[in-house]
Amino acid sequence: MKPKIAFFDFACCEGCQLQVINLESEIVDLLGLVDIVQFREAMTEKSDDYAIAFVEGSITREKDIPRLKKIREQAAILVALGACACIGGVNCLKNFQPLEEVRKYVYGDKADWYETFAARPIDAVVPVDYYIHGCPIHKEEFLKVVKALLLGKKPEIPTYPVCVECKRAGNVCVFELGMTCLGPVTRAGCGAWCPSHQDSCQGCRGLVPDPNTNAEKEVLQKYGLTVEQALGQFRIFLGYTEVAK
Amino acid sequence: MKYINVHVDHVTRVEGHGNIVVNVKEGKIEECRWEVVEAPRFFEAFVRGRSYLEVAHITSRICGICSVGHTLASLKATEAAMGVQISEQTRLLRRILIQGENMQSHVLHTYFLAAPDFVGAPSVFPLVKTHPEVVLRALRLKKLANDLCDVFGGRTVHPITPTVNGFTKLPEIKAIKEIRKRLAKAKPDLEATVELFKSFQIPDFKRETEYISLKSKEEYALYDGVIASTDAGTTPVENYRQWTNEYCVPHSTAKYTKNVRESYMVGALARFNNNYEQLSPGAKKAAAELGLKAPCYNPFMNNIAQLVEVVHAVEESSRLIDELLARGLQEEDRRILIKAGRGVGAVDVPRGILFHDYTYDKNGVCVAANCVIPTNQNHGNIQKDMEAFLPHLLDKPEEEIRLSLEMLVRAYDPCISCSTHLLKVDFIK
Repeated sequence: MKPKIAFFDFACCEGCQLQVINLESEIVDLLGLVDIVQFREAMTEKSDDYAIAFVEGSITREKDIPRLKKIREQAAILVALGACACIGGVNCLKNFQPLEEVRKYVYGDKADWYETFAARPIDAVVPVDYYIHGCPIHKEEFLKVVKALLLGKKPEIPTYPVCVECKRAGNVCVFELGMTCLGPVTRAGCGAWCPSHQDSCQGCRGLVPDPNTNAEKEVLQKYGLTVEQALGQFRIFLGYTEVAK
Repeated sequence: MKYINVHVDHVTRVEGHGNIVVNVKEGKIEECRWEVVEAPRFFEAFVRGRSYLEVAHITSRICGICSVGHTLASLKATEAAMGVQISEQTRLLRRILIQGENMQSHVLHTYFLAAPDFVGAPSVFPLVKTHPEVVLRALRLKKLANDLCDVFGGRTVHPITPTVNGFTKLPEIKAIKEIRKRLAKAKPDLEATVELFKSFQIPDFKRETEYISLKSKEEYALYDGVIASTDAGTTPVENYRQWTNEYCVPHSTAKYTKNVRESYMVGALARFNNNYEQLSPGAKKAAAELGLKAPCYNPFMNNIAQLVEVVHAVEESSRLIDELLARGLQEEDRRILIKAGRGVGAVDVPRGILFHDYTYDKNGVCVAANCVIPTNQNHGNIQKDMEAFLPHLLDKPEEEIRLSLEMLVRAYDPCISCSTHLLKVDFIK
């Protein structure tokens, strides 16, 4: 019998699920190997009998918690899909402003209608088995993880920084192009997606295990950022991690 | 007398979370409501304090499907605030990129989200077995559009290279020529798509409303233009607040907009109605074959207008690429003079006209932001259409009413994650 998989989302842009639908060359083969039983963005048919759950989005309100816990109870394997689910992502930018003020700024005198609390990754609420990082996720990495799970293996994700892939790609270092970059402390696996397009890495894949963030902050300052600006660099995607606080 | 109770929790095959509630007692409609229940994310609040170079990368994350559109609206607003005049080359590259996004989003919607209703399938996945040639064709067209965005934006979902006053990296000529060849070969797939959609029974329902889109003298407007309305003429994009008039509704879960009437429509059908004359020859031919004529007041025909725009995107991006190849690409100086100011950027994206509005301080730090997104502009019109459509359905079985209303919502291709403004109210049952 084919393993049953399901997709769920919380606060996010649904771009990571879109990346799955964007697997134009592989999706037909993939459908031969798994049964997708729930995927609201793409299908009406729906079943709560699934073994593997892919969850996109961060948790931003009380009512998200029981829903996520229910998914966790059902799924034998729970995979966090994308930066919002894995590390909190851009949603956590709001955590650095008083939430009352944030609500009022967007919704004025109707602010009370909007329930919200500090945004957090899903592993702040339930245990997560595996992570597919990135904003958005890398399609090839999604396939790699799915293949490993189908073979009953533990998916391997890189523990080295983006710099390794960037050097391998033969890129000129973006620091040399006059920009700053979080590549030295960010987990690889994207093939140095942004630096290969002469843009800086903003850390969307999360930090490597044991990152030397103090050295990174010093480098950022050496290249002209103030302490506040250096910290700000970490807040775009890494707002939930210690380094950004 | 008839009792009908339809409650669709989380309409499927749309981007984001929305509900339909219908309650009919003894043949009388007591409730008929379109609700939006997405978690709010507060982008406008949290871009404050960010540098002008980061804002587009952050606001791109409002939506995965229309991230190119958000990026371009954002860059245009920032450039307007700082008084930056972009080069012809940058403008040309962006116009190609926005065609790519329109095509990928429309192919996704027409084939994957809307078409299953017309062939009686719950999703595209069962069609892999029953209609493999249709699915493979849809995937080919989608891949072509996504690859077009990859070449010109570095990535389809959250593009990398578009930046203030240019691109961090220019596309490679070899890749441009390659994609140009593939665009030329797309014709049979487009023709087959038109044939397929010709066979679909589109519900016969009309309700005239106000149609709002960009309008440009130069072309079928997506990237540039003034705001145009079928009721109110034209106005510069800077006046957008006077025409969008956002307001909150106690029993709705989204901010609504209105201009001349109680609601207005944006998106492919609004563009088609306002700018039909400027469509490419192939797109006009497709419209004629599909029975779409301007002005059209049937919201279900938005699906068909999207398909017409897919044909337009292929022909128009081919034309623009030829222009680009003829003039060549050169590295440009992207440096700008940072200054304080406010700017509005508007683009017409797959689901309709989109506005970003920022104010910067003298250091280029964002101090105020407002985004008005297409789906929020359509919520009021979806509600009004539902109210007008439901009385025609009352003698039908509940299941058919449910499906018809879902199809109506889906025709708008709502993109609810773009929920910079959305709210949630719990209903007392």
